[in-house]
Amino acid sequence: MYSEKVMEHFRNPRNMGEIPDADGVGTVGNPVCGDMMAIYIKVKDNRIADIKFKTFGCGAAVATSSMVTELAKEKTLEEAMKITRANVADALEGLPPVKMHCSNLAADALHAAIEDYHKKQKSDKGGRK
Amino acid sequence: MAATKRIYMDHAAGRAVDPRVIESMLPYMRSLYANPSSVHSFGQEARQALEEARANVAELISAERKESIIFTSGATESNNAAIKGAAYRNKDRGTHIITSSIEHMSVLNPCKFLTTRGFKVTFLPVDQYGFVNLKSLEEELTDETILVSIMYANGEIGTMQPIKEISQIVHSKNAYLHVDATAANGQVPIDVKNEGIDLLTISSNDMYGPKGVGALYVKEGMRIEPIIYGGGQERGLRSGTEDIPGIVGFGKAAEIAKKEIQTESERLIKLRDKLIKGLLAPIPYSFLNGHPNKRLPNNVAVRYSFIEGEAMLLSLDMMGVAASSGSACTAKTLEPSHVLRAIGLKHEEAHGSLLFTLGKQNTEEEVDHVISMMPDIVKKLRAMSPLTPKDLK
Repeated sequence: MYSEKVMEHFRNPRNMGEIPDADGVGTVGNPVCGDMMAIYIKVKDNRIADIKFKTFGCGAAVATSSMVTELAKEKTLEEAMKITRANVADALEGLPPVKMHCSNLAADALHAAIEDYHKKQKSDKGGRK
Repeated sequence: MAATKRIYMDHAAGRAVDPRVIESMLPYMRSLYANPSSVHSFGQEARQALEEARANVAELISAERKESIIFTSGATESNNAAIKGAAYRNKDRGTHIITSSIEHMSVLNPCKFLTTRGFKVTFLPVDQYGFVNLKSLEEELTDETILVSIMYANGEIGTMQPIKEISQIVHSKNAYLHVDATAANGQVPIDVKNEGIDLLTISSNDMYGPKGVGALYVKEGMRIEPIIYGGGQERGLRSGTEDIPGIVGFGKAAEIAKKEIQTESERLIKLRDKLIKGLLAPIPYSFLNGHPNKRLPNNVAVRYSFIEGEAMLLSLDMMGVAASSGSACTAKTLEPSHVLRAIGLKHEEAHGSLLFTLGKQNTEEEVDHVISMMPDIVKKLRAMSPLTPKDLK
C-alpha cells in the first residue's frame, strides 16, 4: 500500500514536536476529515532555521509532515514557498492515489506557517511606529 | 529488530480454513470432480456430497429441512438474493422494506437500488450500543411492508440484536424477516425455527470454511424470485453448476462449528473480555464501541481519542499484529464507517477506532502480548498529535 520511504518516515518521523516560541505556525485540516497538521517554524536571516510538526492522521499524513520538514529546513522562505504537494509526494516515492488529496496537506501547512510569519512581521513593525 | 511472531486478530475480514475442512475438500478436486446434475455414477457421487453438505448446514441453523438451504457464492450474493428476491416476488402485496442503518453494504446497497425500482425503504435508527429501536420498528411497519432485514450481529461493534423479539413484531404485521447472520454464524448458536427467521444469510469463511461459498436459508413455503437464471440448480433459485469442493468444505465447517461452538465461544469470551479490559484500563481517553456483554464472542472494538485508526494499524502491523479500523483513512470512500456514525460517534471519534476480531488460533499469550504493546503505540501517536484533552468539547 505505502512505499518503503513513507513507512520509513512513519516509523521514524523527522522533526516531530512543537516550537514553543515559533516565528510562524500553520495549521491545516481538521479532525473531522481525519487529518490535521500543525507546522512550526523558526526563521533566521530569511531562512528556515528550525521546523517542527504535529499531526493527527493516517500514515500518509505523518510521512508527508515529516518529509516537508526535511525539504524545507535551511531553505529561504521564497524557496520554501515553492515546495508543492507534488514535491512532497515525489520525495516519498509516491502516495496511494486515494491519499494524494486528503492526506497530502503538509505543503499547505508549511505555506500557512510562512504566511503567519510574514503577518507577524508586519504587525510587529506596525506596532513599533 | 528481533523477529516477532505475527499475531492475526482480523478474523471478521478473513479466516484460515480449518485443516479438517481442507482435507474434506481435496477428493472433490482430485477425483470426484463430476457435475452433480449428471446421471452417471460420477455425477451421483458429487450429488451425494452436495446433499450431505446441505444437511450439515441445515442442521447448524436448525432448519426444518435441508432443502431450505440454497448455496450461493457468499454472503453478498445471499443478501442480494434475499432482499431483491423477496421484494420482486411480493411486489403486489406491498412495496415497503425496512432495514437498519448499521447493516452491511450488501444489505444497504440492494435496498438503495430497490428505491430506484419503485420500492420505499426505511432505515431504522440504532441506539448508542447499536441496538435497533424496536419502537421505531413497530411504528414504521405498515400493511405495505413486505420485508424487514436486520442483521443478527454487527461485525464492527459486535452488538447482537434481539432477533426473536424483532421477529414477533415483524410477523404481527405479516411481513417477512431476513436476517444477515454473516458476522454471527459459527460463533453463536442460531435456530431459525425458534427465532422466527424467514430468510437467513450465512457464509462459509466466517466458520473456517473456504471463501466464495455461502448459503441462503429460505423458510419452507416462503417464495422469492431468483436473481440468477440458468439451468435451474438449487431448486431454480440459484442457477449455475454447484461449486462442489467449496460446498463440501462449507458443510464440513458447519459440522465442526455445530460440535465446537459452545466450548469455543466460551473460550473466546474470556479472551475478549481480557483484551477489552487490557486495552482500556491502562490508557486514558479510551472507550468501548458496542455493548459490554451483548456482543459477539470474538469482537473487541475500542477507540482512542486524539489519534487516528490507520496510524494505529500501521504501528501494530510493524509489531506483527493484524487488526482493523473503521477510520475513514482505511476506507475506499474516505468516510468513517457508517456503523460508527449511526451509533452517534462524531467523525473524529470514529477516526480513532480500532477493531480486533479473535479466532480459533488466538491464544491468551497473544492477547497479553497485544495488551502489553498498546500503551506505547497510543503514547507515541498522541505525542505526535496536535489534539489534546483541551480539544474535547
